Amino acid sequence: MATAAITAERENYLNQEYGIKSWLLTVDHKRIALLYLLSITFFFFIGGFFALLIRLELLTPAGDLVQADTYNKLFSMHGQVMVFFFLIPSIPAVLGNFLVPLMIGAKDLAFPRINLLSWYLYIIAGLLMLHCMLTGGVDTGWTFYTPFSTAFSNTKVVEAGLAIFISGFSSILTGLNFVVTIHRMRAPGMTWDRLPLFIWAHYATSIIQLLGTPVIAVTLVLVVLERALHLGIFDPTRGGDPLLFQHLFWFYSHPAVYIMILPSMGVVTEIIPCFSRKRIFGYKFVALSSISIAVFGFLVWAHHMFVAGISLYAALVFSALSYLVAVPSAIKVFNWTATMYKGSITFSTPMLYAFGFVGLFTMGGLTGLFLAALGIDVHVTDTYFVVAHFHYIMVGGALMGYLGGMHFWWPKISGRMYPEPLGRLAALIVFLGFNLTFFPQFILGYLGMPRRYWQYPPEFQVLNVLSTAGATVLAVGYLLPMVYFLWSMRYGKVAPDNPWGASGLEWTTTSPPPTFNFAQPPVVTWEAYDYEHIPAPQEARSGG
Amino acid sequence: MADSPIAMEHHNPALKHHFADMEQQREASSLGMWLFLATEIMFFGGMFCAYLIYRLWYFPEFAAGSNSLDITLGAVNTAVLICSSLTVVMAVRSAQLGKRQQQVIYLALTLVLGLAFLGIKAVEWTSKFEEHHIPGPTFNFQGSIPSHPDQPVDQRHAQIFFSLYFAMTGMHALHMIIGVGIFSYLLYHAWKGAYTPEYYTPLENSGLYWHFVDIVWIYLFPLLYLIDRKK
Amino acid sequence: MSEHTVSAKTNIAVWVTLLVLTGVTAGVAFIDLGPFNTVVALVIATFKALLVVLIFMHVKYTSEKLVKVVVVSAIFFLLLLLGLSLADYSTRLL
Repeated sequence: MATAAITAERENYLNQEYGIKSWLLTVDHKRIALLYLLSITFFFFIGGFFALLIRLELLTPAGDLVQADTYNKLFSMHGQVMVFFFLIPSIPAVLGNFLVPLMIGAKDLAFPRINLLSWYLYIIAGLLMLHCMLTGGVDTGWTFYTPFSTAFSNTKVVEAGLAIFISGFSSILTGLNFVVTIHRMRAPGMTWDRLPLFIWAHYATSIIQLLGTPVIAVTLVLVVLERALHLGIFDPTRGGDPLLFQHLFWFYSHPAVYIMILPSMGVVTEIIPCFSRKRIFGYKFVALSSISIAVFGFLVWAHHMFVAGISLYAALVFSALSYLVAVPSAIKVFNWTATMYKGSITFSTPMLYAFGFVGLFTMGGLTGLFLAALGIDVHVTDTYFVVAHFHYIMVGGALMGYLGGMHFWWPKISGRMYPEPLGRLAALIVFLGFNLTFFPQFILGYLGMPRRYWQYPPEFQVLNVLSTAGATVLAVGYLLPMVYFLWSMRYGKVAPDNPWGASGLEWTTTSPPPTFNFAQPPVVTWEAYDYEHIPAPQEARSGG
Repeated sequence: MADSPIAMEHHNPALKHHFADMEQQREASSLGMWLFLATEIMFFGGMFCAYLIYRLWYFPEFAAGSNSLDITLGAVNTAVLICSSLTVVMAVRSAQLGKRQQQVIYLALTLVLGLAFLGIKAVEWTSKFEEHHIPGPTFNFQGSIPSHPDQPVDQRHAQIFFSLYFAMTGMHALHMIIGVGIFSYLLYHAWKGAYTPEYYTPLENSGLYWHFVDIVWIYLFPLLYLIDRKK
Repeated sequence: MSEHTVSAKTNIAVWVTLLVLTGVTAGVAFIDLGPFNTVVALVIATFKALLVVLIFMHVKYTSEKLVKVVVVSAIFFLLLLLGLSLADYSTRLL
């Protein structure tokens, strides 16, 4: 079996067993993480393809690339694929699945077979969604507002609704697995206050997944029933209230945005201390802020409905609550910057993504506050201002955090180093491409360009062209890592156990880890982020 | 016994390899089931929310619709489920006490009661079909509003009541069917002697699920059947 | 869960109580209490639910505090959904 020398041929979870059956029937959380990696990357391409078509259409003011109906399908499916099949699973299902047991010193998640079931549910949902898209798609927007979705749209609403319903179960089971694992399977000595903040972030995310997803599940069931049986629960001509749909939809979909951002925040909280060589500033505040975001996130949903017809008093209440929910996020930003202050900073690829995250998330978050102000919202709601706001958070925030995390843990996952100069270049390209794509959209929205429109007045064209140009640059930035990650699996430098000199139990085992994670079950006697006592790494960190 | 309790734990064939001992496995499984039930509370909760709003808006038609339901069958079904919760509890208790035959009897009784519930529900739904109370193109509600018999009934509002009635009792019945499936599986394995005082976790956790479905009905009965029934 | 075995007597007592309360619920529905009919029905239902949760589902006897936290949290979030939705619906015509 293993020799004392650090070689890539040592038995690990990747080479322990070969063959497609060993992958499709695996219960190893690390292999399941890779299965998810492949699947969500596939759906990212699909969602990106729709984005490309949208941006192409918007190069000119006239609707000349596609029909209006087709354009409605493009933005709807872009949203659904990106939200439900990329962003929501991304970090939890890939990095969370891989790292949660490792970080707490466990052999696997609490329910390995349920973990595999989660992936299969995701695949079934994804196939159903693909079939829906290939046979006509859906044009209701990712938000499925009634009565258009239930009574008027002649697209495949039922199929899309069912696909998302099934994907919801995948999400619920992942969350359930994480909560039980974190409560019941921590190694001896791994007390709650020694947990990596990545774990706290995933714990908070899982709470949202558990409590929020069932509501959208039942709502989609009601939409499907209404559409199929002409019930009228959400149809005003049959006595129903379209706003009831929106209340039920947003009760999940607002917390869902925290499902998308919290794990990314967790990633950033691991990267910044490592590349500042300093423990995280305010551990307890960061941990508690994750939980606060999860709880407060459930209190603000109707800020998506300010102009939909809710009462003024409800609007006031939800506006005030929306200001509250920004506070814990701001606390995190302060803690990250305080961690970097007087730290010994290395501008490695993961750190570049973390910097990007902090800046862009802050911009996205602050513009969320603009939207929470009723007076401003009346003017910019349903414009490109909103589109820019959420892309700053989802792409500038969540996606950059995901990429940063993929780079940070790639050595652990694959046993190889990616080429660092290319990594930094790609990060820069992503950052520049992102800002070029989405900053003009803030201006467009402020100037009055509505969202979901396939034609626009000619005076908006310059900004739209800039945005499309940015999207092209962004696409290059995304393709680069895919290429060099694949390249590194064969030609990359062999990674040591801890190339970054990072804290955390995952770095105490081999790169890649053995199937059961640790040669010896760990016993923890030290605090998290113990960077005063961890030496900076000497090898395989800079250059490539 | 030849083996010490600790040795028994480590050698228990039901112990999964990623758990340190049976205690950890049991606690993890239990927490897992409770978390799942929490998701079910939110799942049914969405429908309770719709119910709440429309009951406030359309109280007269809700009362009319409710009065057209068979209160006897509803009450009997409530009793049936309560009895089945007792048999579930007694089945778990029998496993705790190592009584295989008793387990099997109680599990079989649970199944019978569960099927009885579904049978009565089928009878109720059939009469709803015959009275044209099923939402859709055939819907035609001829009942009257209890406290104001001369007030005209808005068919759309009545249809909303019945939409929610069928959605909620239908979803509940689906959960009952799944429960019957689970308990059939348990019955078979209990008969084979799978559940002992050292390991009866599937029984215990499935019991939790069954009790939860019972609790949903405990709320559905007054909310659907007992709106404005005063004489 | 816990190893505590609930006595058959306790289980039967709870069962009888649940059946009696079901009868009470149905009976009280025919008495005119105005708006309190709903309140009484829901209070009784909640009491029945509590009996099932605490005794049949062992929550009273469990050594795991976490289970109680999970149950309370789920109910809390459900009430949030119902309550904050009412913040809109109850103030629409004001």
